[in-house]
Amino acid sequence: MTQEKSLVEIRWHGRGGQGAVTTTEMLARAAIAEGKYAQAFPSFGPERRGAPVQAFNRVDSKKPVRIRADITEPDYVVVLDPSLLDKVNVTSGLKKGGYVIVNTRKSAGGIKSEFKIDYPVATVNASKIAREVLGVNIVNTTMLGAVIKITNVIDKKSINEPIELRFGKIADRNIKAMETGYEQVAV
Amino acid sequence: MATRIGVEVSIAVADAVKLCNPDVIAAYPITPQTHIVEHLAELVANGELDAEYIPVESEHSAMSACLGSAATGARTFTATASQGLALMNEVVYVASAMRLPVIMAVANRSLSAPLSIWCDHSDMMSVRDTGWIQIITENGQQAVDNTIISFRVGEDPQVLLPVMVHLDGFNLTHVVEPIMIPDQAEVDKYLPKNRFPLPLNPDKPVAMGGFAAPAIFMETKWAQEVNIQNSKKVILQAWDEFNKIFGRKYEPIEKYQSDGAKTLILTVGSSGETASVAVDELKKEGMDVGQVRIRLWRPFPFEELREAVKGADVLIVMDRAISFGGPGGPIASEVKAALYNQAKKPNVVNYVISLGGRDTTVSDFKNIIKQGVGIAEKGSKNEYEIYGVRG
Repeated sequence: MTQEKSLVEIRWHGRGGQGAVTTTEMLARAAIAEGKYAQAFPSFGPERRGAPVQAFNRVDSKKPVRIRADITEPDYVVVLDPSLLDKVNVTSGLKKGGYVIVNTRKSAGGIKSEFKIDYPVATVNASKIAREVLGVNIVNTTMLGAVIKITNVIDKKSINEPIELRFGKIADRNIKAMETGYEQVAV
Repeated sequence: MATRIGVEVSIAVADAVKLCNPDVIAAYPITPQTHIVEHLAELVANGELDAEYIPVESEHSAMSACLGSAATGARTFTATASQGLALMNEVVYVASAMRLPVIMAVANRSLSAPLSIWCDHSDMMSVRDTGWIQIITENGQQAVDNTIISFRVGEDPQVLLPVMVHLDGFNLTHVVEPIMIPDQAEVDKYLPKNRFPLPLNPDKPVAMGGFAAPAIFMETKWAQEVNIQNSKKVILQAWDEFNKIFGRKYEPIEKYQSDGAKTLILTVGSSGETASVAVDELKKEGMDVGQVRIRLWRPFPFEELREAVKGADVLIVMDRAISFGGPGGPIASEVKAALYNQAKKPNVVNYVISLGGRDTTVSDFKNIIKQGVGIAEKGSKNEYEIYGVRG
């Protein structure tokens, strides 16, 4: 039991270059700007484009975050790239009742049965949204919207400023992608 | 007013350096320190920081440039890690012996071989005897605060010593977390101008770092030793004054739930707060356990350590480095030395953990504490224990 009550732990699975680390950083900045305590860090190491990577968020609405170790028992797992589902044990250590939030064109039920996931699954076709809104299949901001909706760790409005800070001229489109992900994620 | 922001710790440390208004930064990038000097280079290039940024060709040159800079009375900063610290080693000794207040952030990382970019404390321990003041931080806020504090301590006319601020590579440097960035006016109030007493100046020539025959060498070394020992009172004053202005308190040995506890875990660096969570959970389970942490590594806080652990029966000491073929971890061997002549002292059990970035979780710390108590009771044939190594 490493869980402190007000603490929410989110583990992101993606591939190098998909923006998992950037996204965790934006989420942490937004939570901190709300006055909460939060942490974002990557699975440290040399970044290799395309290789499976993890990134981590801890958000605590009440107390400073003290644990500095990888998240091995997350409350939520986020999968940016559906091709990871049969390669990485994404649900490893996921707490009972913990959600898996997946970028996929398939349904939650389909994902659960295909990959034998015994957890609630939330799905969003982030690749499609990203292609339509951003013109490229970079799903991190779209998935961020889905994650905000499912986890409720921050107010949706709080993410705009970190997105603006990170993306500058293309911030508007990323905010739109985030909002679309927020609206379309299905449980 | 200070501003609370979510920021990567490396960037915050660079911003803290900017608040101290350095004159010269000479540095060579090395993982996991790179973001600190990159951000400083950016601040200088953008005109946000009026300093000379010297992009040198190696760490040896970085420290050499820092010596020259500090000798002119310029406020001087650099940062490094691991192999970089090893490469600059011979010049590191010179900075302290010449009483040059260079401030250096060290993003702790293991030493090769095998090549590892991840954190342990072997680099920090490799410079233990170089005569620098060494402050070890545990989170981003401490790294920011102690960067500012270091300029005040090192440049104090009673001290005039270089200071290393240690922050664990990746475990601190690459984490985004909430940090209070102090206000410029507050830093200006806290940090006086650098008034180096005998600066290099062509109009008033001085000789520095001369040759010492046997008739004088020992006296210079003893003077250096007396000087660093005496720096402790200035460090304590600097921490005290910092607390008055900024409301955050630092001590050479910091205690957590330790008063009256029969078992204590001693931690160093960024895993300290993870260990605190383990202490809380074990206390809930009914165990009588507390924690002490080393904030000041050089000069070593003998009195404060003895005072902090005197009531304990078992002291479990964490080390993130090995003294090969030696007595165990460097921290534990020092702690044992500090306690050896005491009439009442705890049984010291030493664990080497987390080498080369190996993760140590809350449940690992709980295991270590429980196992450590068992070893203290039953004894062990080992000089020290190593945690989590596959046989």
